[in-house]
Amino acid sequence: MRHIEKALVAAVLLLAGCGGGNGGSGTGSGPGGMSVPKVDKLATLGAGEGSVNVIAWAGYVEDGSTDKKVDWVTGFEKETGCQVNAKIAGTSDEMVTLMKTGEYDVVSASGDASLRLIYGGDVAPVNTSLISNYQDVFDGLKNKQWNSVNGQPYGVPHGRGANLLMYRTDLVKPAPTSWGAVFDPASPYKGKVTAYDSPIYIADAALYLMKTKPDLGIKNPYALDDTQFKAATDLLTEQNKLIGEYWSDYTKEVQAFKAGNSVLGTTWQVITNLAKADKAPVEAILPAEGATGWSDTWMISSKAKHPNCAYLWMNHIISPKANAGVAEWFGEAPANKLACQQTADKNHCGTFHADDEAYFGQIWYWTTPIARCLDGRTDVTCKDYAAWAQAWTTVKG
Amino acid sequence: MRAFLHRHPRVRLAGLLSAPLLWLIVAYLGALAVLLVSAFWTVNGFTGEVVREFTLANFRTILAEEVYRTVTLRSVGVAAAVTVICVVLAVPMALYMAKVAAPRSRHWLVIAILTPLWASYLVKAYAWRILLANGGPVDWLLGGAGNGPGYGLFATVLVLSYLWLPYMILPIYAGLERLPDSLLEASADLGARAGRTLRSVVLPILVPAVFAGSIFTFSLSLGDYITVQIVGGKTQLIGNLVYANIGAANNLPFAAALATIPVLIMVIYLVAVRRSGALEEL
Repeated sequence: MRHIEKALVAAVLLLAGCGGGNGGSGTGSGPGGMSVPKVDKLATLGAGEGSVNVIAWAGYVEDGSTDKKVDWVTGFEKETGCQVNAKIAGTSDEMVTLMKTGEYDVVSASGDASLRLIYGGDVAPVNTSLISNYQDVFDGLKNKQWNSVNGQPYGVPHGRGANLLMYRTDLVKPAPTSWGAVFDPASPYKGKVTAYDSPIYIADAALYLMKTKPDLGIKNPYALDDTQFKAATDLLTEQNKLIGEYWSDYTKEVQAFKAGNSVLGTTWQVITNLAKADKAPVEAILPAEGATGWSDTWMISSKAKHPNCAYLWMNHIISPKANAGVAEWFGEAPANKLACQQTADKNHCGTFHADDEAYFGQIWYWTTPIARCLDGRTDVTCKDYAAWAQAWTTVKG
Repeated sequence: MRAFLHRHPRVRLAGLLSAPLLWLIVAYLGALAVLLVSAFWTVNGFTGEVVREFTLANFRTILAEEVYRTVTLRSVGVAAAVTVICVVLAVPMALYMAKVAAPRSRHWLVIAILTPLWASYLVKAYAWRILLANGGPVDWLLGGAGNGPGYGLFATVLVLSYLWLPYMILPIYAGLERLPDSLLEASADLGARAGRTLRSVVLPILVPAVFAGSIFTFSLSLGDYITVQIVGGKTQLIGNLVYANIGAANNLPFAAALATIPVLIMVIYLVAVRRSGALEEL
């Protein structure tokens, strides 16, 4: 523990010393010419510490308290003696903030959090040889730009999926097929549209513009220059008039759809499942334009107080059975190949395109926008995440 | 030991006061000082690390961007509306409690005013979310789904007024209790009617008490962000911006800069209220 801390301090000093001027080509330098803080990975696995503190998306850590049949935590606790303390976060930003406290051991980070955590020195590289289930993870998810740096994995892939469009089947007619439904200024559902309350939602508008206004030249909804960014935020400002409320708390969204305060808007499959379980007449679709989505990675804190339990957890959560359980409950494609045989619905992997890389080519995973355009343009600078965050406040007015 | 303390009253006093003073200076003023200092820092946009270099960038953004002006004005508007509603509701109630009700029932009335404070703030706010839901009880009273106010600015003002009403009633009640009945009788003896007595005798005594209560309702509303989140729909107040910058955007320095706005407004408000003598009523 002690020397991890030392390494971290050294790394931060290193970062402070050589940040900025560094180009982009040297070893260990990432987006925007930043270098990765050097953090040691765990060398050998020891005995569990008795507990593990987890930050997760809603539905990722279920111990049977939401639904008796949905439980992949109790068995793990019994088997390893690691008590799981879960903290549910509503947005990626919240996850980054929570991880910075150093109170948590592992996090299920999406692509718009993972790189910020890596370059912030908040997470440690992962020794995948200590995680036996890692070998069964789809190759399409390993060593990706959002979960590794220079071939060194910083976490284990968990699963991936798309942000969907949910609507009340009894109130929204005809059923929507396009994201245009939530952006139409003449929408009959004015005041009852909902949207995800995070700056990353700007990408949803950009994706819609990418398909409907090709002359803007948007190639990647996370790489927006000034004109493109303005078009996206203008669309959202216009959309604000239709919005009843924004959501980031999934329970609030379930209640709003059940009562009918919201009838149309962005959702996750798990929210649709919960709303249906609550007898709300809702349905969720993947609109024609494709969608933004996520590819999540379990990462371990560089300040983890329970590193062994954290490794045990990471191994457990991508084990075929647990991975299948999460994938079905949350409504996403599992990361583990073998999970496809463990799902209750045998078509789950087919429905969610688990090994269909062509399908996921249509999904734009959440990624942190940075000044150097992610789509490879070098003649313009793109709006970085700070600008996105500021603009989001302005959009909400 | 006891004899020593007896002979040295200053040591005794120091021993007695050092702990609370330490609390006041370190925890209370210290936190405010940290807030003020960090408002001049920035964060690295990508990693979220705090950059400890003096800059006025945060304040420049707040002044330059129109959205912060809009939100500030909206917050002050909500706080003022809540205060006015609380005054309008609290004055007759307090008047009845202090002057009309039998002394025996006064006791029970005060308890009745206090009971809502026993329930959690959050529970009450969520109860209002259910009440105001589409097709909920409020809609039903007004004749069907969609007839009620729904979630939004109006709901925010309504729920905040409900939440802070006791804080307005109690100071007014305390102020009126100190008003001797003989003054009212003297006014009546001199031929004044109820209205005139109210205007010339009760009101001048009431004003400082109302201001005292308004300090609570105004400052509590100005800083609130939870009620807005629950029943406010898409409404943003200063509190939401502060919360979003701490939680979502992880921009503590900017949140600190935003938090100085309500501090500033409250200082101005307190200075204004001080002139009315309301601070002696607290």
